[in-house]
Amino acid sequence: MNKTLLLVGILIFAVGTFSLRLAGPLMRTRFELPERAQQVMAAAAVVLLAALVATAALTDGPGAAGIARPAGVLVGGVLAWRKAPFVLVVVAAAATAAGLRLLGVP
Amino acid sequence: MRSIWRTIDPGLLRDIALVCLADGVVGLWYGAISVGGGLDLWVPVLLSLVVFAGASQFLFVGIVAAGGSPIAATIAGLLVNSRHVAFGLAVSDVIGNGWRRPLGSHVMTDENVAFALGQEDLRQKRAAYWVCGIGIFVCWNIGVVIGALAGSVITDTDVFGLDAAFPAVLLALVLPSLRGRKTRTAALAGSVVALAATPFLPAGLPVLLALLGLVFYRSDKPSLEAVR
Repeated sequence: MNKTLLLVGILIFAVGTFSLRLAGPLMRTRFELPERAQQVMAAAAVVLLAALVATAALTDGPGAAGIARPAGVLVGGVLAWRKAPFVLVVVAAAATAAGLRLLGVP
Repeated sequence: MRSIWRTIDPGLLRDIALVCLADGVVGLWYGAISVGGGLDLWVPVLLSLVVFAGASQFLFVGIVAAGGSPIAATIAGLLVNSRHVAFGLAVSDVIGNGWRRPLGSHVMTDENVAFALGQEDLRQKRAAYWVCGIGIFVCWNIGVVIGALAGSVITDTDVFGLDAAFPAVLLALVLPSLRGRKTRTAALAGSVVALAATPFLPAGLPVLLALLGLVFYRSDKPSLEAVR
């Protein structure tokens, strides 16, 4: 992996994120972002994260991820949905995938 | 500093401490998963110090570890962090002026903004914002360093199921936001687009393409302009 490009990416990411955070306090006048724009921004963040969940759970490179990993994510997801503690969600997901692989499931 | 401790309610302080601790645990996993996914130790650690925005860091690391371009990862991460503009507008009084402004902006998170907005008067808002923000910054970064060190010991992440832990962590983080039907529809549509595009596009781009799912995002209230 190109380390310089990675470092440049991280620095742009850092400066950009800081600018986004500072933008609100800098616009000192009581300027309110339209509610609709706020909603869409919040939805965009959720859409991106959900898509990352889907691709990270179901794909590996250009192909499918097999069975063990999606099964682990499913178990973690159900636990999270039932409001289980965060640590349990993570451990159950990892343990399910690891256990299935131990049994020879891809 | 003493006045901050006196201003803040013991019950609130306990809630903040729990949130800081929970974020430290997420940081632990973030560090372990990043290094386990093949990234050098400095990558998750530097990201946590200079970007300091959990969900977007997971996104960035996920795209880069899957072989995606750091630029695509940066764009995706910044889109996720765009919500901080709205946060900043909401808490600009709470953060204050002078040196507090850049420092207070950097420790802005979903959590401390929520805590600050939940308080009655400005003094309490300030106390909650700063204590929670600095607390999370410290816990998160310590968690990430420990996690990254532990992750570098593990050589085969698949054996330990760490590859399943990463999407599960994200799912747990995003699940509360999926309770709204419109957001859920958009997220589902976006995920389908991303999955369909994965065999054909370089890593990182399919996730960005998921934003097409926003076409399905409709506000339930008609906008004021439409009413007029």
